Amino acid sequence: MNPFSFFARKPSTASVAHERLKILLSHERMSDGGDGTLIAQLKEDILIAVGKRINIEADKVRVEMERDNGIAILGIDIELPAKESPLAAGYEPHLKAG
Amino acid sequence: MATVIVVTSGKGGVGKTTSTAALAAALAANGDRVCAIDFDVGLRNLDLVMGAERRVVFDLVNVVRGEAKIQQALVRDKRLDSLYLLPASQTRDKDALTEDGVASVISELRSNFDWVICDSPAGIERGASLAMRFADKAVVVSNPEVSSVRDCDRIIGLLDSKTEVAERGENMPKHLLITRYDRARAKTGDMLPVEDILDILSIPLIGIVPESKEVLRASNIGAPVTIASEDSAPAKAYQQAAKRLEGAEIPVTIPNEGTGLFNKIFRRRAA
Repeated sequence: MNPFSFFARKPSTASVAHERLKILLSHERMSDGGDGTLIAQLKEDILIAVGKRINIEADKVRVEMERDNGIAILGIDIELPAKESPLAAGYEPHLKAG
Repeated sequence: MATVIVVTSGKGGVGKTTSTAALAAALAANGDRVCAIDFDVGLRNLDLVMGAERRVVFDLVNVVRGEAKIQQALVRDKRLDSLYLLPASQTRDKDALTEDGVASVISELRSNFDWVICDSPAGIERGASLAMRFADKAVVVSNPEVSSVRDCDRIIGLLDSKTEVAERGENMPKHLLITRYDRARAKTGDMLPVEDILDILSIPLIGIVPESKEVLRASNIGAPVTIASEDSAPAKAYQQAAKRLEGAEIPVTIPNEGTGLFNKIFRRRAA
């Protein structure tokens, strides 16, 4: 470890660039570069599972992928219908699953 | 209804993607809804320059092919609420885009945004021609260098013949954005002067972006230079250019690094 790095206030922009590229390229080399197919399939599955309990529309489901060093976080936003919501009042209208 | 702008140049590496990100962020800074579209299918980079690369799921090709809705593919900027990115596909080739598909994407975006900025790939092939095809205005990016100016001339010819506006018999408004302008070299006569570029290309000037280390720093951290370093000379140049796109009549100057003073005003604007 560089003893002077202790005094460095924040990483240089070049090291930020290096880190960003490493994360991005490790992902792109591994997969075919697109999570689209996987996400689309997951969305279908989620629709079916949630649809058993609640009436939801296909375009009210939002699936997002956030990638970081070594981990990928799948975020799912489901907008529940206002009137038919079986959830008690006071609950957030959005379910966020991590 | 959005104004659709294509950022184009013919030549690669002159700063189309940097300029798209900076102009889009400058236009979105006052609350306008802005969507930047990357047309460089197979070699996308606008996501990286805007710092959204880790949040891309669907892309323009998915939307054109009906595999995803536009709302699913749009990536919202983390810093500016009204700025969105529609990324290109990294895996398909440029022929994955169809004219009808792009037409319907642009028309849907038109009714949901104030500005749609199309980042053209280099070259004159399908990606580049579709990026300009439905534009209302063009920003032509050139470096003060011979091959870049020559390629701009070629692109201007295409803007005047191969776009919907041109085919309707109307005039495509074109604006010249000179990037990587080096004041010291201009002084010693080692760089094409702005007047000469204007003389050759004969389109009005919308901005002169000085060569600056801030541009590389901004792309390193993944932020448009107008956000990463908003008081820097290049950011000021882009902010002024954005104001001119909005219709403001302000003289073109070359912002100085550091100070906020301008030294030379380009009154001459080619017809």
